[in-house]
Amino acid sequence: MTGWSAADVAVVLLSLKVALAGTIVSLPFAMAVAAVLARGRFWGRGILNALVHLPLVLPPVVTGYLLLRVFGRQGAVGEWLEAWFGVTFAFRWTGAAIAAAVMGFPLMVRAIRLAIENVDHRVEEAAATLGASPLWTLAVVTMPMALPGILSGMVLAFAKALGEFGATITFVSNIPGETQTLALAIYSFIQTPGGDASAIRLVWLSVAISFAALLASEALAHRLDRRRR
Amino acid sequence: MRLVVDVSHLLDRFRLEVAFEAGDGMTALLGESGAGKTSLLNVIAGLVRPDRGRVVLDGDVLTDTGAGRFVPPHQRRIGYVFQESRLFPHLTVRQNLGFGRWFTRGVAANGPVPADIVGLLDLEALLPRHPSKLSGGEQRRVALGRALLAHPRLLLLDEPLGSVDVARRQEILPYLDRLIAELKLPMIYVTHDEREIEGRASRVVRVRQGMKVG
Repeated sequence: MTGWSAADVAVVLLSLKVALAGTIVSLPFAMAVAAVLARGRFWGRGILNALVHLPLVLPPVVTGYLLLRVFGRQGAVGEWLEAWFGVTFAFRWTGAAIAAAVMGFPLMVRAIRLAIENVDHRVEEAAATLGASPLWTLAVVTMPMALPGILSGMVLAFAKALGEFGATITFVSNIPGETQTLALAIYSFIQTPGGDASAIRLVWLSVAISFAALLASEALAHRLDRRRR
Repeated sequence: MRLVVDVSHLLDRFRLEVAFEAGDGMTALLGESGAGKTSLLNVIAGLVRPDRGRVVLDGDVLTDTGAGRFVPPHQRRIGYVFQESRLFPHLTVRQNLGFGRWFTRGVAANGPVPADIVGLLDLEALLPRHPSKLSGGEQRRVALGRALLAHPRLLLLDEPLGSVDVARRQEILPYLDRLIAELKLPMIYVTHDEREIEGRASRVVRVRQGMKVG
């Protein structure tokens, strides 16, 4: 083992970029869906819940294929986005971020929803008597109180995004420098004769990154918790 | 101030059927615990929609099941000091106090707290702290200040001395007296202890098993 090659560094940076973008893009949607699932009472709630969890149980290849059909060049949304905004997802790192976002979405929604359900509803009632509308209450009481859960949801989604393989390779392929994230690079190295050393370096690295992310989220949640106790 | 309440609402063990009027000063709702007093306050505040009935405050119809009218709690301008203080745990005392002011008057929640309220409730030393660092009596005073600063038309107090031990009552009682004397805010005071309201309440409504008994 002789230190890191420029290619290794590029793979890591790309993976972090994809995972971070996926996490940030999905955050507002995850918060909205989690709030609706936690506090909403409406017909079809169960269906929405099942839909959100679908990427967790579907074969990732299926999710990737569906993404290709929807966000690909000829896809319903993909074509429209390219025509109007010049944004392309197919075979681009942005597509990898979308795949990461979709695959991490159920984990993020789940964590945020649980955190919201744990917020004392009576405190939200107090906010209402002080003049805060339901939406304002959500923004300044419920979500801040659920912050540790939101952070842990983000970390989970981020970790999932770093390890995402099936949906990514199906949707945006395995293009070095563009869509080849950590997991895909490790896969490629294992398939290449003599690539073992590189594969092992990346394997250790991905273990280290995931571990650090989990430790960081624990520490963050702990600190937030202590400030309020 | 004139509040007219006439509601019927099914609770776990009995039906709450109460009609009463309240005017300026303190109106006491007196009854055993579990008599339906808190449910009545929740109906007035708009936290509970009654099965049937009306709540009218100064001619303003807040709840009228017959006409299908229901003003949500955040638009009622009725202050509520709950039995548990229900302070916002993620905000400092200063921000807790500023919360209602921000929503009712657009004053920054982090700004200075009016000196009269700070003085009245003796809150100065508590301002930078978080609610979890306060004693039960201190939490009550902050909850009281928080409700007052939202400029309510009517203040609901649910057992403000309940679950505070006798020695600690002096942390709150004198403040309540000052409030009644200085602010002249109409209030509905829920309690099970007649001694708390003696010489304070200008009107007493007794409730037993969800019914008004005097």
